[in-house]
Amino acid sequence: MITLGIESSCDETSIALLEDERIIRNKIFSQQEHSLFGGVVPEIASRAHLDKIDRLTISVLNEASIKIGDIDLISVTDSPGLAGALLVGISFALGIHTASGIPITGINHLEGHICSVFFEHPQLRYPFLALVVSGGHTAIYKIIATGQYECLGETVDDAAGEAFDKVGKLLGFAYPAGRAIEQTAASVENSSNPISFPIAQVSKIPGLNFSFSGLKTAVKYYTSSKDDAFILDNRPRICAAFQNAVIESLVNNLWKASEQTGISDVALVGGVACNGALRSALKNRFNNRVYFPIPSLCTDNAAMIALAGYYRNQNGLSRFPRLDPSSSL
Amino acid sequence: MILTTGSVEETREAGARFAKKISSGDVIVLDGGLGCGKTEFVRGIVESLNRTVIVRSPSFSIVNSYPCGTINLYHFDFYRIEKASELDEIGFSEYCNNDGACIIEWGLMFPEVLPLNAVIIKFSDSGDGKRQIELPFEI
Repeated sequence: MITLGIESSCDETSIALLEDERIIRNKIFSQQEHSLFGGVVPEIASRAHLDKIDRLTISVLNEASIKIGDIDLISVTDSPGLAGALLVGISFALGIHTASGIPITGINHLEGHICSVFFEHPQLRYPFLALVVSGGHTAIYKIIATGQYECLGETVDDAAGEAFDKVGKLLGFAYPAGRAIEQTAASVENSSNPISFPIAQVSKIPGLNFSFSGLKTAVKYYTSSKDDAFILDNRPRICAAFQNAVIESLVNNLWKASEQTGISDVALVGGVACNGALRSALKNRFNNRVYFPIPSLCTDNAAMIALAGYYRNQNGLSRFPRLDPSSSL
Repeated sequence: MILTTGSVEETREAGARFAKKISSGDVIVLDGGLGCGKTEFVRGIVESLNRTVIVRSPSFSIVNSYPCGTINLYHFDFYRIEKASELDEIGFSEYCNNDGACIIEWGLMFPEVLPLNAVIIKFSDSGDGKRQIELPFEI
């Protein structure tokens, strides 16, 4: 069975083709493709999605030697995201569906992220816990079965990835700053005398929710009390302390969720799932019963949307795509 | 007027007082650096109008919408925007001429897209956990 995946919920336009659960092609419109289509396109613009979605689809189909008529299912992200950006993907998918009669399903972007773990770990069985961490999301879900999720906790202010980017800015790193902070933190030479930041005010936050806004402010206070030379010399220590605080908060809440539900298999998905320190911390705490997608499938991509659609279709759970006008990430 | 708040709760309270002045069609710009209380102020505004919604940072999503009784609040953040043309493409001017009010964090990054009657509120950090909020009128 051939599934066409379409993702345009935020910055990336991505098109993928799957044969059952195997990726045939998964293309994300990135900087390299800009030259192919001539000129740089603004990243967040819905018109930018519009400009590239058809050409990206044609190039994916051509590379795979697959015709529109060979596709058995269209799977498109329909929530959450920027309304204008989502509309481009949904309209494009509905256009193909209407013209060809190919079955279609709408997919929640986060459901896609959660399914991304199955490419690498098809042996993972329900129920499991999923920690979704990215620039726009930080949440723990209990995954009961295909299409059945329960949110156990989420951020009440900033997402974890956003905290990385904003703290990165305070420390003079370019956006997005996640990788730079991880690498700088890893270069810390002397782990004695660590800086202590609050672990995301965990005690103040009820249940399994997260808060990273206070941590960001704590780093701001720390850096504003020091001179530039000190900050430059101590960047590794500051990065390590900040990253440890984020990781501790994520791991603690996931551990509490595991104790409360009695579920010991956990999946880590979303852009921040690329972070090696977070991966090791989870592996240690969960005795290796933790599953990650490969790094290229952690960030937004259409292969995960196609896979989520395939699972829904196999379980008779396809649903017509719909755009909620108040949609936001 | 200039307000000084000594805690997150007081910043929210200031937002709740400001909320009473908001009407449909308003464009409100919140100016000030990271961690100066902008999002907490918005949380105060929104929670005073609709207790059921959670206000999260729109830095990544660019805009969050909150239904607040008779009006919708559109909570923008220009932090991640690189050029004013990107705002055209997400339909920013349509939000400004809509059924609701726009509250924009980091709005002064692109003053050219703001209407002339935009209300500008300045946030600064005055140390010891205190925030200074400068408003163009009394609340």
